[in-house]
Amino acid sequence: FHRLFILLVHAHFISKMAAVQDGQVDLEVEKKEIKTETSNDGSGNNNANSSSPGSTSLGATSKSPTGPAEDQQTLLAVLQFLKRNKLNESVDILRREAGLSVEIDDSPGSASGGAGSGGASNSTVDGGDTNSLLSRVSIAIPAAPAVTAAPVPPKGLDQPDVNVVLSAYSQQGDPDLYPLYYNGLKKFIESVLDCHRAELSQVFYPLFVHMYLELVYNNHEVEAKQFFEKFSGDQECYYAEDLRILSGMTKKEHMKGNETMLDFRTSKFVLRISRDSYQLLKRHLQERQNNQIWNIIQEHLYIDIFDGMPRSKSQIDAMSGSLAGEAKRDANKTKVFYGLLKEPEIEVPLDDEDEEAENEEGKPKKKKPKKDSMGSKSKKQDPNAPQQTRIPLPELKDSDKLDKIMNMKEAAKKIRLGSDNLPSICFYTFLNAYQGLTAVDITDDSSLIAGGFADSTVRVWSVTPKKLRRVKSAADLSNIDKESDDVLERIMDEKTASESKILYGHSGPVYGISFSPDRNYLLSSSEDGTVRLWSLQTFTCLVGYKGHNYPVWDTQFSPYGYYFVSGGHDRVARLWATDHYQPLRMFAGHLADVTCTRFHPNSNYVATGSADRTIRLWDVLNGNCVRILTGHKGPIHSLAFSPNGKFMASGATDGRVLLWDIGHGLMIGELKGHTDTIYALRFSRDGEILASGSMDNTVKLWDTLKAFDDVELDDFTAATGHIHLPENSQELLLGSYTTKSTPVIHLHFTRRNLLLAAGAYNP
Amino acid sequence: MAEERRPKQCTVVLPTESMKAMAESIGVGQLQEESCAALSEEVSYRIKEIAQDALKFMHHGKRRKLMTSDIDHALKIKNVEPLYGFQSQEFIPFRFASGGGRELHFYEEKEVDLSDIINTPLPRVPLDVSLKAHWLSIEGVQPAIPENPPPAPKEQQKAESTEPLKAVKPGQEEEGSIQKGQGATSAEAKGKCKYKCKKEGLIRMKPRSTHELSVEQQLYYKEITEACVGSCEAKRAEALQSIATDPGLYQMLPRFSTFISEGVRVNVVQNNLALLIYLMRMVKALMDNPTLYLEKYLHELIPAVVTCIVSKQLCLRPDVDNHWALRDFAARLMAQSCKTFSTTTNNIQSRITKTFTKSWLDEKTQWTTRYGCIAGLSELGPDVIKTLIIPRLTIEGARIKAVIEGPVVSNIDKIGADHVQSLLLKHCASVIAKTRPLPDNMEQYRVDYGYLGPMLCSHVVKARAQAALQAQQVNRTTLTITQPRSTLTVSQSGIGGSVGSRTPSIIKVPSSLTLMSTRPGTPTQPSPPATKYIVMATSAGASSTQQVITLSSSSASSVTSTVASAASTLQPLVKLESGGGGSLGGSRPLQKYIVVSLPSSASSSLESKSGMLPPSSSSLEAGMKMERSDSPGASTQSPH
Repeated sequence: FHRLFILLVHAHFISKMAAVQDGQVDLEVEKKEIKTETSNDGSGNNNANSSSPGSTSLGATSKSPTGPAEDQQTLLAVLQFLKRNKLNESVDILRREAGLSVEIDDSPGSASGGAGSGGASNSTVDGGDTNSLLSRVSIAIPAAPAVTAAPVPPKGLDQPDVNVVLSAYSQQGDPDLYPLYYNGLKKFIESVLDCHRAELSQVFYPLFVHMYLELVYNNHEVEAKQFFEKFSGDQECYYAEDLRILSGMTKKEHMKGNETMLDFRTSKFVLRISRDSYQLLKRHLQERQNNQIWNIIQEHLYIDIFDGMPRSKSQIDAMSGSLAGEAKRDANKTKVFYGLLKEPEIEVPLDDEDEEAENEEGKPKKKKPKKDSMGSKSKKQDPNAPQQTRIPLPELKDSDKLDKIMNMKEAAKKIRLGSDNLPSICFYTFLNAYQGLTAVDITDDSSLIAGGFADSTVRVWSVTPKKLRRVKSAADLSNIDKESDDVLERIMDEKTASESKILYGHSGPVYGISFSPDRNYLLSSSEDGTVRLWSLQTFTCLVGYKGHNYPVWDTQFSPYGYYFVSGGHDRVARLWATDHYQPLRMFAGHLADVTCTRFHPNSNYVATGSADRTIRLWDVLNGNCVRILTGHKGPIHSLAFSPNGKFMASGATDGRVLLWDIGHGLMIGELKGHTDTIYALRFSRDGEILASGSMDNTVKLWDTLKAFDDVELDDFTAATGHIHLPENSQELLLGSYTTKSTPVIHLHFTRRNLLLAAGAYNP
Repeated sequence: MAEERRPKQCTVVLPTESMKAMAESIGVGQLQEESCAALSEEVSYRIKEIAQDALKFMHHGKRRKLMTSDIDHALKIKNVEPLYGFQSQEFIPFRFASGGGRELHFYEEKEVDLSDIINTPLPRVPLDVSLKAHWLSIEGVQPAIPENPPPAPKEQQKAESTEPLKAVKPGQEEEGSIQKGQGATSAEAKGKCKYKCKKEGLIRMKPRSTHELSVEQQLYYKEITEACVGSCEAKRAEALQSIATDPGLYQMLPRFSTFISEGVRVNVVQNNLALLIYLMRMVKALMDNPTLYLEKYLHELIPAVVTCIVSKQLCLRPDVDNHWALRDFAARLMAQSCKTFSTTTNNIQSRITKTFTKSWLDEKTQWTTRYGCIAGLSELGPDVIKTLIIPRLTIEGARIKAVIEGPVVSNIDKIGADHVQSLLLKHCASVIAKTRPLPDNMEQYRVDYGYLGPMLCSHVVKARAQAALQAQQVNRTTLTITQPRSTLTVSQSGIGGSVGSRTPSIIKVPSSLTLMSTRPGTPTQPSPPATKYIVMATSAGASSTQQVITLSSSSASSVTSTVASAASTLQPLVKLESGGGGSLGGSRPLQKYIVVSLPSSASSSLESKSGMLPPSSSSLEAGMKMERSDSPGASTQSPH
């Protein structure tokens, strides 16, 4: 059984070891500490634990008021686990790394387990005895922030930790009273002033869930069912999906290993409530001595109290819907360098190259002014841009520079789009795909198109007259004259020229596919848990990156190449470098599958969309989660950054596109119109138009210029994040184009702003 | 939301009997009721869990349909061995049986006859994936090319013409209703209305002057109309096919209908039979186009068609030229449009019937017109024949007798009477064969039907014999084409009906069937629509094609065109029965195609679309067409 946590630790160690042993790996990145998100998530619930589906997390519901203590405990837990699995080497290394003294790890195991040991903790007064700890937890002192559950040694292999996770539910109340409690609260909330009602109504859903789970946990199956039937109808419709999962769960045994349940338990549901409303609620509950509900609020809810006007219903609805409530306000406070990198590496050689190119063409005068304008533009340092060397980026090769020049030339011919100048759309239909097309990507210069298929194959087509050719075999290569000018031509084998090539290697449907910016490589991620790197020179597989043990839903190359990101069913997104077989960063924190991954144009950040209905933005430098964006009501299946790096668009199964301001971490627009999952989003090259493609067989074009202009961001909204979304989807919709029967699964703007769309004909 | 559904979701569990059955199947004999209950709850929960995970794979597979492979993958991430071997994409091969108070689902393993497999022709190799590019939009405007959906879908056109109030926004309501009230306004006004509605329907299209056709469209219109009335038959066939299949003709429809109506007006006066035939074929092609809805142009088309049915003279030499075929053909067109467009508000059928009857009853009506009226009426179906034609057989017989046996007045009258006679015999015989009890007594017929009685009697006898023969013949001419991925998806009905005694063949599912008319009869001169065979393949949604192979024996031009299933035009001629009467629980309902001929539909063009027993998957659409099937009597055909 694979546990994420172990993987985390493991990966950490292995890469460390690699660094130590190899010694040659002197990448700067490598040296930076790999930091996962575990300790970063507010009140210290260990999110990373709650991940692997099928199995459960390794214990450690550390609830500690202090960060360092918690870290210590985590370490201890990890140590124990490693010991138990006879990974002594790792234990030593970890101990060395953490600077722990030897004595703490050797207290003998407690009754149940075998090899594990009680969590003798430096920070807690009462360490040691697991049983006492267990009982302490299960007694469940209400509103006890000081309860510290040290990691409990696993009892055998059968997911023992769940009990600990669940034990908080063992606080017993009279099952018959639950509906009464709930009803009482409902009546109270219905009777409060209108302005508070919407805010307080947010409490219903988490309360409902936790009360239901408590009933189930305590084996009150009948009562639980009744409770569910009675009150599930009151919940907001966007929770229907979760309610369906809950409704199936009627036995204590079911709670073991159910991810949704664990998510609820391990992560506090976050609510934002104004101070006034909160006081009202508090007073009410205290007056009534309604301890049951108060306990749940204390234990399982995180109430983010803010000063100021209570929010309206629509404001709340816009932001809610995620699996664990809204993002805390302080989660989005970190500064994000969303500006674009200036490209000094290019500028200098560009001039040379450009001049050369011009000289060849023999018309240097014409190009001069344009080049200058380009130069001056990139010289201006964007105050929001990250430092040039914040992330080490690969050096540009000559071919890259040539490509950049081509890019700029093309860009000069680009059509300026706008609401009265819509792009033409060229649709690439995959015929005879028999519903097997699962992913599509198009190179930046729009010369190649690749498809991933359910039959595990990856196919690459050339959409230009230039055919795809393989490099000659090694034997043949040795025969050619390496000094000749056209050596690059000569190494290609003319006999293999064809319009398409098939890449075999995966053993499951290919869900994600991405071309490298230099068109030499192709990445594909698959159900088989691997990400594969293919060479487009030889059309062979170069590397299989193993790490995700579960289906990998998406992968993407960095805009500068070299790095890539992948995310999958194991709820972790990983950052890789093509020349390392282990990930460089692991972004853990999502509560459900990571469904899509995108690089920020400046390559310093990675955005991930997830089935927990949140989007997270991660800092590549330190692995921190810098933004949590909530508001979608369904799993997110597409993300796109605007070319200036300032905005982001996301599309989900709910058929809505949301627009985000990355700098402020705010939702700034909602585009309604699609009726089915949005699988493709893309900004035009200048960012004026957003194209969205959906399962409902349409491509829609949206006026993002107007959308971004319409938003008025004053300091207050920026500070509180309470934004009034303009209801103007219909005004922003510039065009809607229906295909005959082809779901749109990929969109791409060529360098001249022609829109390419792709999908498989589905008769 | 689905509040009513939710409590159900909470409680749905497998029946405990299933647990018992499963336990028995692995050798656990006595399972207590409590254990069963506990087990079934657990199993139900796990199944739900797996289904939820499987949905995830479906989403990432960018599909709307859950497949067995999704379930396999879901099992895999739960570390459960996937179900190998159940890769069948067609249906879940469980069968249901009950007996002795027990109900069972079991997997049927049929004995396979190897020779069957060996003798089955190899399926076509599936086509490889390929890439095709087209313009979805050019600077914001979607071009009307076959790759794109028709600019205004048929439903929309229909909604606009039948319920203008709904399609038009409040401000334009009045205008819309006025135009409807006026009924037969000029095409121009109608066009205006249409374009307005269309603009409302599409969201913010570039404003354009909608009355003008683009240069390409003008060129197309010119080419098509010239080809349709030109001398080159091959070109005409192409043009007609284009009219019948092109999805982008919506905007040109008013032009076409004016062209036809004007053309008929001029050519009737000039007695230009050939051109009239060509124009009628255009009407036919327009009606065949699945993307067009002609309702708004009927006021132009119907007069033209009716003219071609009942006009006194359609050709220069009425004694030699075969204008009868044109009348027949136009009558069929008329019947077809009645069936497609007649509603309670426009009453097309009753108005047409009245028109025909009135001129038929008129003593002074010429034989040509008389023939047209009768043809027009009889095409409207057996009921019309029964109520309007058969009662008048005696009178008509007397009139024919007067011409044929009386003094020779004119050759033309004689020919006319002759044709009327054979027409009456042809249509009435099949109806009478259906309705009249058996003893076919010559004398009795004479008493009942007068002069035509004896002839009618022999025709009826022939019709009865042919009906019996027909059944066998059709059976023999069945052509089975197995296609690569052709399968029939049938969702499990679950609720068991009776136990079907027929076993569905699992290996060989004939996916296509052809109905052939036994006699590809085409009228001689005008070569109206050639005999069509529909080769129809239904498949599991992967690909479903339907081809109309037009074999015209007279003009020797064979055209193959792909047509979406014919609109529900006529009464169902082909009835579908599933073996075991309704739903065969747990097994694929055996499908039998039973061709039920209508009581007296001799030599008529009948088009019908029969929706198969809806097996919940909409991809299964069966359209069957039978044209010119001179088959009275029931013919049965089973694809198995």
